[in-house]
Amino acid sequence: MMAYEPVIGIETHVELTTASKMFCGCPVDFGAPPNTNVCPVCLGLPGALPVVNGTAVEYAMTIGLALNCDIAAHSVFARKNYFYPDMPKNYQISQFDEPLCVDGHLDIDTGDGPVPVGITRVHMEEDTGKSTHIGEGGRIHAATHSLIDFNRAGVPLMEIVSEPDIRSAEQARAFVTELREVVLRLGVSDAKLEEGSMRFDGNISLRPEGTEAFGTKVEIKNMNSIRSLQRALNHEIERQTALLEAGEAVVQETRHWNEETGTTSGMRSKEESFDYRYFPEPDLVPVAVDDEWRERVTARLPELPAQAYGRYLDMGLDGPVAAVISRDVEYGSVFEAAVAAGGTPQMVANWLTGEVTALLRRTESTLAESAINGTALAELSSMVADGTLSASAAKDVLAGVAAGEGTPDEVAASRDLIQVSDSAALEPIVDEVLAANAEAVEKLRAGDGKVVGFLIGQVMRATGGKADPGAVSEIIRSRAG
Amino acid sequence: MPVDIDIAKVARLARLALDDEELERYRQQCEVVLEHAARVQALPTDGVPPTSHPLPRTNAFRDDVVTECLDREEVLSQAPERDGDYFLVPRILDEA
Amino acid sequence: MSDLADLTLAEASRGLRAREFTSVELLEAVHRRAAMTEANLHAYLTLDRDGAARAAVAADSAFKAGTDLGPLQGVPVALKDNMVTRGLETTCSSKILSGYEPPYDGTAVSRLRDGGAVIMGKTNLDEFAMGSSTENSAYGPTRNPWDPDRVPGGSSGGSAAAVAAGSAMVAYGSDTGGSIRQPAAMCGIVGLKPTYGLVSRYGLIAFASSLDQIGPLTRRVEDAVAALEVVGGHDPADSTSYPGPVPDYRSGLESGVSGLRVGVVTELNGEGIEPAVQEAVDRTIARLEAAGATIVPVSLPSLEYALSAYYLIAPAECSANLARFDGVRYGLRRLGENVEEMMSNTRAEGFGPEVTRRILLGTYALSAGYYDAFYGQAQRVRTLIIRDFQAAYEQADVLVSPTSPTTAFPVGERTADPLSMYLSDVCTIPSNMSGDPAISVPVGLDGAGLPIGFQVMAPALGEPVMVRVAAEVERLAGFDARARFASSEVQ
Repeated sequence: MMAYEPVIGIETHVELTTASKMFCGCPVDFGAPPNTNVCPVCLGLPGALPVVNGTAVEYAMTIGLALNCDIAAHSVFARKNYFYPDMPKNYQISQFDEPLCVDGHLDIDTGDGPVPVGITRVHMEEDTGKSTHIGEGGRIHAATHSLIDFNRAGVPLMEIVSEPDIRSAEQARAFVTELREVVLRLGVSDAKLEEGSMRFDGNISLRPEGTEAFGTKVEIKNMNSIRSLQRALNHEIERQTALLEAGEAVVQETRHWNEETGTTSGMRSKEESFDYRYFPEPDLVPVAVDDEWRERVTARLPELPAQAYGRYLDMGLDGPVAAVISRDVEYGSVFEAAVAAGGTPQMVANWLTGEVTALLRRTESTLAESAINGTALAELSSMVADGTLSASAAKDVLAGVAAGEGTPDEVAASRDLIQVSDSAALEPIVDEVLAANAEAVEKLRAGDGKVVGFLIGQVMRATGGKADPGAVSEIIRSRAG
Repeated sequence: MPVDIDIAKVARLARLALDDEELERYRQQCEVVLEHAARVQALPTDGVPPTSHPLPRTNAFRDDVVTECLDREEVLSQAPERDGDYFLVPRILDEA
Repeated sequence: MSDLADLTLAEASRGLRAREFTSVELLEAVHRRAAMTEANLHAYLTLDRDGAARAAVAADSAFKAGTDLGPLQGVPVALKDNMVTRGLETTCSSKILSGYEPPYDGTAVSRLRDGGAVIMGKTNLDEFAMGSSTENSAYGPTRNPWDPDRVPGGSSGGSAAAVAAGSAMVAYGSDTGGSIRQPAAMCGIVGLKPTYGLVSRYGLIAFASSLDQIGPLTRRVEDAVAALEVVGGHDPADSTSYPGPVPDYRSGLESGVSGLRVGVVTELNGEGIEPAVQEAVDRTIARLEAAGATIVPVSLPSLEYALSAYYLIAPAECSANLARFDGVRYGLRRLGENVEEMMSNTRAEGFGPEVTRRILLGTYALSAGYYDAFYGQAQRVRTLIIRDFQAAYEQADVLVSPTSPTTAFPVGERTADPLSMYLSDVCTIPSNMSGDPAISVPVGLDGAGLPIGFQVMAPALGEPVMVRVAAEVERLAGFDARARFASSEVQ
């Protein structure tokens, strides 16, 4: 049987978190009452004209630069013509043949080394309004009518188009995860999949392994999580493989992912609905980016995950630990703050990827939701290092800190977890234990080192676990010697 | 240059519900105009860039500042059909 | 001049400031004139009597308080019904916008209100400004004040007829392919299309965005200058608005044409022009020469293709601009079993034949497989036209031609033949393609007593030299339409 290789490209839409919309001054504000964030421009009223939001252009440039794109010196907006009731003008202002950013790449790593995924283009456009389908459970095909809210119409939208360089659903998952981290790191979008501020479509075809020519591609829509993207692609790989193995042809079409059934189905659309009749938007003038502007934006770029990863390795972090912290904005910022507060990088990083992660998983919360911050983590790790806390006590302190009980110092004090290593405090307790276990002391003096553990255990029991085992061991040995 | 228009397809693209008789009339009229307009093809334009804007200008931007929105009632008062705070339309057959 | 309705803007402006009459009296006179003429002319779609009365009272109080808001303060002004007016029905003469009350004012309208203008109402036009006769109105045609059996030209025919008949002192129109100049010519008044970008298009319901320009229709050249000053200047709400300072148009009005080079465009004179029109134009050129201008023949070979290119570019842009009229948010809705049917039924019912035709033409010209041969080629031809103009302006300070190949034609004569209608814009379209300013000045009457317009064109932002020549043409022609309308002959 022939083996097939998937060829996948991803189109990602990202809503920008500018204050105002792409072409008018209405606020970009998720969750406002319906049809309140609207004006003549974004409602497509007769006579209204768009004006480009300069900050949105800078945000788009930021994304392009972060994805290693060339920034076009001259780019233009076009009208993409098609009728849809939640698109006020019945054309979308979008960039077409002269986009702002072209020819970049984003590297992903699924464990077998970095894979560069080409970025064909990043372009600017505007979002549509939102339709709610009424009747029969809100499903479009069974609806009796639809209600439209134009608040989202005109929100700045970036379309990021990848080259068909992705070869598996797992790589696709890694790509969009990495892309989301980049966008978050840039601070240009909140990239919330559940609210639709980040969405993706996939293009997928199969070809016999070892061949170059592309097979017939299918576009998949309606995947609203990274997991559903991965599931949809895997389903589509199976479906197309089955077709090809049965000697049937894959039909070039757009298919709709159904989350409940876990399958894709062909969408009804007429052939001419793809004739978008693009032409240059006469109401807008071209965007010209000179070297000075591009360099100004480049200088303001924050550090990106790949760059942070390299820097973390230089700081002595292990590869997997550095990968986790560099790819997660929250982890990265807590890590940086902890190091800035005097924490040892490796120690702080190990805490973050170890205990902190385990705790968050147990409590089903996120780092942002917890009260853990960089200062607390630095303090905690140094308390362990200097023996103030035992390893097990430190876990309790961490839980207390996460729950908002205070600083590690405060939590350790209030939970009475400070480790006792002061010999003046420990000696009387050790002496009591030795006196009560004369037989064991005899064995020790006779050279039987195994009883030391037993004696330490007795001291620990007597101190409620707070005694520093190292210090106790030293006192016992000195007394017995 | 003779022009042959698939007028029914063009009317569908433009969302114009025209009957056969109207389609035929528009087809004839459009073909006359297009045959005249097609004269532009006689002019050699190799290497000539297209003009989209009569006066060249670039970078007309607005600051990212929120301005006042319209009053919802004033907006919805013009709607052919509404349901509460929404515009109402008949059922939608296809996803965008 | 006994009737205030017959004053020029300059005269009215002076009279108001000298307290010879009030804005309220001026408005009454103009309303009386409208009451006499409207039944036959149908220049207006909407007369806003209450709004106008309030504005006149406010203008008078401002005068009393010593506030000078500019040359249109207290002056009755009419607006083409494709200029958006808050709370005042704005239809574009289309059924699809019947009853539509916009929730905002366009920029030009705001500037008029700020300038104390008394907005009389909204004038008739060819539906969505598509036409050359004002016959394509869903609310019935406008007639020519010089002969009610003839068209007033178009598409700003209502504005032109109102100014000619005295039912507005100043009117504004829009010019996409000649829609200000051609009706001005046919109604014996002045019509000025400014440089593209000089007047904001924000609030002008778009026909073809890269060609549309708002401009004034007045009785005199100096009035057109004043009316342009009020609405012109940069508007950040229109990305295509010219960002520089507005030039001083006025200072050259009295300077004459001595030493100026006047280019006579070979392609727009002679062939295809009615003999009476060409004779009047030639006479005017001879007078300019006698007044000290140097006459130079200039050729712009690509103009032969201007009309063809225009009838690709304008419909293409219009097909997208008019897509928003879909029955969802405003205007007409016709029922349908689903949203696509609703939209298709609404649009088929709401648009008249000319608009439908242009939407079809434009949709076709942009569609896959045809874009390059039609729309793309037309845009390249547009570049060649602009180059030809640039070369011509090396040889001449202004270019001249007839405004329209014919005088006003009979109602109904061209409605069945779109191409013959389109040909009446052959002299005016080139300036829209290049974005340059042009003005039409009345220079006389033909044998049937119908007015003839003379067109003066100038390079971009060349309004100062253009109105300087136009003012001289006006003086030399000695044409005064009021002689016709001061009598009771007005129908």
